[in-house]
Amino acid sequence: MNNNVIFGINGPVVTVKDADCFEMMEMVHVGKQELVGEVIGITDSLTTIQVYEETTGLKPGDPVTGTGAPMNVLLGPGILDNIFDGIERPLKAIEAQTGAFIARGAAVSPLDPDRLWTVALKVKPGDRLEGGQVYATLPETPIIEHRVMLHPELSGVITEVRPDGEYRLFDTVAVLEDDLGERHELTLCQKWPIRTARPVKTRLTPSIPLITGQRVMDTLFPIAKGGTAAIPGGFGTGKTMNQHQLAKWCDADIIIYVGCGERGNEMSQVLEEFSELIDPKSNRPMTDRTVLIANTSNMPVAAREASIYTGITLAEYYRDMGYHVAMMADSTSRWAEALREISGRLEEMPAEEGFPAYLPSRLAEFYERGGRADVLCGSEGSVTLIGAVSPQGSDFSEPVTQNTKRFTRVFWALDKALAYARHYPAINWMNSYSEYFNDLDPWFRENLGEDFVEYRNRISALLQEEGSLMEIVKLIGADVLPDDQKLVIETARVIRVGFLQQNAFHAEDTYVPLEKQKLMMKAILHLHAKAKEVVAREIPIARVIELGLFDKLTKMKYDIPNNRLDMFDDYIREIDEKLGALLQ
Amino acid sequence: MIIDYVGVKEINGSLIVMDGVKGVSNEEIVDIKLDNGTTRQGRVVQIEGERIVVQVFEGTRRISLKNTRTRLTGHPMEMPLSPEIVGRVLDGAGRPIDGLGDIFPVKKANINGTPINPVSRVYPKNYINTGISSIDTLITLIRGQKLPIFSGSGMTHNDLAVQIVRQAKISGADSSNFGVVFAAMGVQKDVAEYFRKSFEESGVLSRVVMLLNLSNDPIIERTLTPRCALTIAEYLAFELDMHILVIMTDMTSYAEALREFSSSKGEIPGRKGYPGYLYSDLASLYERAGMIKDHPGSVTQIPILTMPNDDITHPIPDLTGYITEGQIVLDRSLQGQGIYPPVSVLPSLSRLMKDGIGEGYTRGDHQSLANQLFASYAKVIDARALASVIGEEELSPVDKKYIEFGRLFETKFINQGFDENRTIEQSLDLGWELLSTLPRSELDRVDDAVLDVYIKDKEKNKNR
Repeated sequence: MNNNVIFGINGPVVTVKDADCFEMMEMVHVGKQELVGEVIGITDSLTTIQVYEETTGLKPGDPVTGTGAPMNVLLGPGILDNIFDGIERPLKAIEAQTGAFIARGAAVSPLDPDRLWTVALKVKPGDRLEGGQVYATLPETPIIEHRVMLHPELSGVITEVRPDGEYRLFDTVAVLEDDLGERHELTLCQKWPIRTARPVKTRLTPSIPLITGQRVMDTLFPIAKGGTAAIPGGFGTGKTMNQHQLAKWCDADIIIYVGCGERGNEMSQVLEEFSELIDPKSNRPMTDRTVLIANTSNMPVAAREASIYTGITLAEYYRDMGYHVAMMADSTSRWAEALREISGRLEEMPAEEGFPAYLPSRLAEFYERGGRADVLCGSEGSVTLIGAVSPQGSDFSEPVTQNTKRFTRVFWALDKALAYARHYPAINWMNSYSEYFNDLDPWFRENLGEDFVEYRNRISALLQEEGSLMEIVKLIGADVLPDDQKLVIETARVIRVGFLQQNAFHAEDTYVPLEKQKLMMKAILHLHAKAKEVVAREIPIARVIELGLFDKLTKMKYDIPNNRLDMFDDYIREIDEKLGALLQ
Repeated sequence: MIIDYVGVKEINGSLIVMDGVKGVSNEEIVDIKLDNGTTRQGRVVQIEGERIVVQVFEGTRRISLKNTRTRLTGHPMEMPLSPEIVGRVLDGAGRPIDGLGDIFPVKKANINGTPINPVSRVYPKNYINTGISSIDTLITLIRGQKLPIFSGSGMTHNDLAVQIVRQAKISGADSSNFGVVFAAMGVQKDVAEYFRKSFEESGVLSRVVMLLNLSNDPIIERTLTPRCALTIAEYLAFELDMHILVIMTDMTSYAEALREFSSSKGEIPGRKGYPGYLYSDLASLYERAGMIKDHPGSVTQIPILTMPNDDITHPIPDLTGYITEGQIVLDRSLQGQGIYPPVSVLPSLSRLMKDGIGEGYTRGDHQSLANQLFASYAKVIDARALASVIGEEELSPVDKKYIEFGRLFETKFINQGFDENRTIEQSLDLGWELLSTLPRSELDRVDDAVLDVYIKDKEKNKNR
């Protein structure tokens, strides 16, 4: 049984001859160093395995052993405030073991098995427990309570319960007898295969926005909790910066940040920044609610392919506890390229641009794992998926962008021209969209009043109008436009510079509450309406611009602190006074 | 027991296929002895039972099915390392060619390296003063960064690289712990000689390790050159605590060598015939820049690549841009106007800049100035586009000011002498001086308080 040996090696792909005991997607150990791999193809004579680590030095004849289970992750307390590679190996523990460079075959438990957790048991003997229900809780970090749930595939009656107290990860805290009379010892953790979605009770329509504090996202292109979004953009347009801003400020309970085939220095920046940043709601470091998965571009490509699934499985696990989870994947293009690379090694017939034909179905599977749901433990949770896309040659017609567009409902298109002009976030308002408007409309009306939606529509109409005017301006210059059109251009400038542009490095401007966003829109629209009155009286627009009100509004994002929203009244009053004087 | 395998089964480009080979390991190095007494080296790239595919570094010319004796060395490609390597000249596979004898190894290291654990990295923050206004002010180079120069054939990228090496002041580094690793891939002899001479003139030659794979050297060796260079750089930086600047030119030749190797191996091509793993492969080079906790040294990379047909969306610059932390883009029309260095500032970017500038590093106003310069220069481009349609006379007064600002910016700020070393203060002050030619209401990226300090003073000085 255990005499399967390596036959061939080609990059990260290893084959085994004449083996009949492997299952598809089974996790295996390859070679004397026990490198982790996964079975990805079986024929009657050859079993194909992708290896998640560098294959240098492997030899034909080295042993290959199966684990009898698919590629899975260990789920339990200790995931938060941790950093893993693509197959859930804790990078800090690996550092302690092998130093600054990652050695191969490092066998480290994903979660610390020796750490003691203060556990409170929530069941008593005789209780009937269904899959996904909570039997114990413990404080994982000062702000997040970890709810230990029964494995979704188990159910039965609790026969024994240990007292509340300190337990380690693999300690038994209760015993369950299932319907067949089999005894199961319940610990603080469970395993789950990464390529299988965790079950929920019912899927719900997304109807609550994920508030990000980023004006262009919250007002123009909002995303719902449980929604899916794509951020495509060429290099240097700020994909990563946007992902960081979202991870820092969005109002999800848990953040899973997957650095998939990206830069090592970026991950060290995230680590550093997140541990310094204090979450305004809880006054605790951001890391208390964050999990990082770092499979940088130079780490093995097969593990990069797995990292997305590892991330989403962790996200689903916390969703099942009843949390709102947001997962950022930066970038899904690297994941798609990993697919392409492995597909090429398998000599599969390529489809578009060398990508395998199953790229769209894999993308669909992934994004379908997002959503808001009634979860098995009886409460409500959501997984919001925000995937960055790095289109080749900044061309949005390439397969990854196009297919991602089909399966996501928010499209924040980053624009090179805006990025070159250092307009950040460089989200192009003309070709971005959100399909959640209608789903979220009731929430906005209820929580921010009817006028929020109205302001947003007017702002968006002004931008559209400017867009068509700019076509003319490009040809003949702005001077020949009539004054009312000049006014549109001037107001749109304020919207672009004063509202859409947001400075991530400015203490006040990096996060802006919805109420301030609304008042900013109100001030801009108020000025526009008043100025329109002036222009209608055939008073030259130059006299309006002279007053400096437009310039003042472009700087209100800095001048009005987030906690001094009463200052907007002064602005409105000033507009009324100054323009009123002109009218007289 | 050492076995010599006689003959080969198949020859295809730079690859040979052998059968009946036992006990071979993946990526192992083999020595191939020809009947005429010469020896070549190869690397095992694919194994299928006892059939192996070997990539011959020096090429397969004169190899026949019978005239070789191949021996397995039992280890992957390794680079001998010692402190004495500084100042040496090596070939593309890391063998000395300066006639000073072999390197006596203190240690040997696998040239593929191993990935740096992301948690062990130190986020780079200290800036490198290059004395070039456009770079220092707008695309600041940071210690431990990888910042490529995107150029085209016939542009002055080599001069720029030399000027950076000559003028670079790394904080914490002096002549004792500053070094350069120079990897030439597929460049002409003249170019390599130009670099050597420039290093000599600026007195850094004794601190340079040169690896030369010239354009007529074997292509497969070219795929090893950057790996050898970076192995040396990592050794010098992380074991001997030096600050190393790695210059790799030309990455386009490297990628083409990779494509040639891939197609001869019969792999399924991705975009433009480049292998599907080009991204991962380039990343395995570029990601070897950085700094590590508890090690004072650093590896900073300046790869140079010539964009085929000046096309930034070509796979090589495109994938490079996605891996590196920014890029310095050179522009042919600026060069045509006699501007040196012809840095096209709008598409250029330094991602690490934001944390390495400002109070404590350069000056408090640096970020605001850079933002404003970028924004204003973007408007210059708009104004020029408009002027080309309606003529410059028809422009609004503000647009005319932009046209004038653009001219000054290019000729005074970007343009500077090959020997001119500007301090950061000079560069920043020059930037404010140019901005003050624009109406103050146009400077919308800067806080009023900052403007008051830097623009008003100018006014006062003028009045005096």
